[in-house]
Amino acid sequence: MKKILCVVETPYRGTLEEQDDATLWLTHSLKNAGSNMGVLLRGNAVNYAVASQDPAGVVIGKLSIEHPVYPQKNLLKMKQAGIPVHVIREDVEERGIPLESLVKDFELISGSELPNLFSQYDQVWHW
Amino acid sequence: MAKTLTISIMEPPYESATSTTSLRIIDAALRKGINVNVFAYEGAVSLTIKDQQPHPNPVHGTSVEEEKHPTTKFFVASLFELAKEKGVKLDWVNCGFCVDERGAGNWIEGPRRGGPPQLHEWVQESDATLVIPTK
Amino acid sequence: MANYLLIESRDPFEARDVSYFYGLAADLAAQGDKVTLFLVQNGALASRKDAKGNPLGTVLKGKVEVLVDSFSLKERGIQDAERHPSVKPADIDALVDHIMANGTKVLWH
Repeated sequence: MKKILCVVETPYRGTLEEQDDATLWLTHSLKNAGSNMGVLLRGNAVNYAVASQDPAGVVIGKLSIEHPVYPQKNLLKMKQAGIPVHVIREDVEERGIPLESLVKDFELISGSELPNLFSQYDQVWHW
Repeated sequence: MAKTLTISIMEPPYESATSTTSLRIIDAALRKGINVNVFAYEGAVSLTIKDQQPHPNPVHGTSVEEEKHPTTKFFVASLFELAKEKGVKLDWVNCGFCVDERGAGNWIEGPRRGGPPQLHEWVQESDATLVIPTK
Repeated sequence: MANYLLIESRDPFEARDVSYFYGLAADLAAQGDKVTLFLVQNGALASRKDAKGNPLGTVLKGKVEVLVDSFSLKERGIQDAERHPSVKPADIDALVDHIMANGTKVLWH
């Protein structure tokens, strides 16, 4: 079984209309189909690890988005399903995100550790 | 007399946060009693495609009914309802050439076909114009 | 003196070009125009006060009014204490009010 790392760097891309993040959704779907997957959050996508994200409340016309995506919750489900979730610490710090605001279950790694991380996977998909 | 806002949008549905923000702005303007003209250009003509269908979400284990996926055609239809309720005008033009090249001509009730001359006319008559590009 | 509303939907971490828009806001204000910079979507990521090398800081030193979409903040979990105090939350209604203000030139980036 090929081992695949998905590098996610663009957050909130159509997530309100999709009620999901398309890249995380596909990663989870592939895992459910039997693939061996991992996730690395880098760039702005490190914000997906923030615990207090709250996308509720959008109403357009008479319609509300009833099941908006909570990326942090989806990532926790992915981790529980056996998908490791890594977050680049320097990208968190650059954006002024307090470390204590992150979900504790994800693994913070340094950007300098990427060669080692990549070496553990057969393929790296840079979304 | 009610004010009028013209908005030009380019972003296709489901691709970025911008289409949702555009719809939120239209919603807020209508609620304020502002007439709104929308010029849907390029990928934005797909917002109103009638053939859009809500889907289940196997990752979350939800059925179509449970997922309640609000497709953009329903959002736009709902904006027309809101305009009617508020007694203001929502005029939505899908760029005809953009529709033709995408095969996106089967749309919900409300929008109409048009082109740059319509945008020209609106801009001259409106109190404000907002152009939202795609990136 | 003209009124300008500059809406920034992107952030300086992903798009260097955002610095151009911040600079434009500052330059317009410096020549005497009334300028509001409204951050929305990932543009809100620039509002955290502890962000490193954030070019928004230059704008905040000038006369530009800087607002940020309150939903974009909430969606991203950006708490009040994390936000730069000079960046004020505003809802989409306030954005529409700014758009409709007489004679305002509105730019989206």
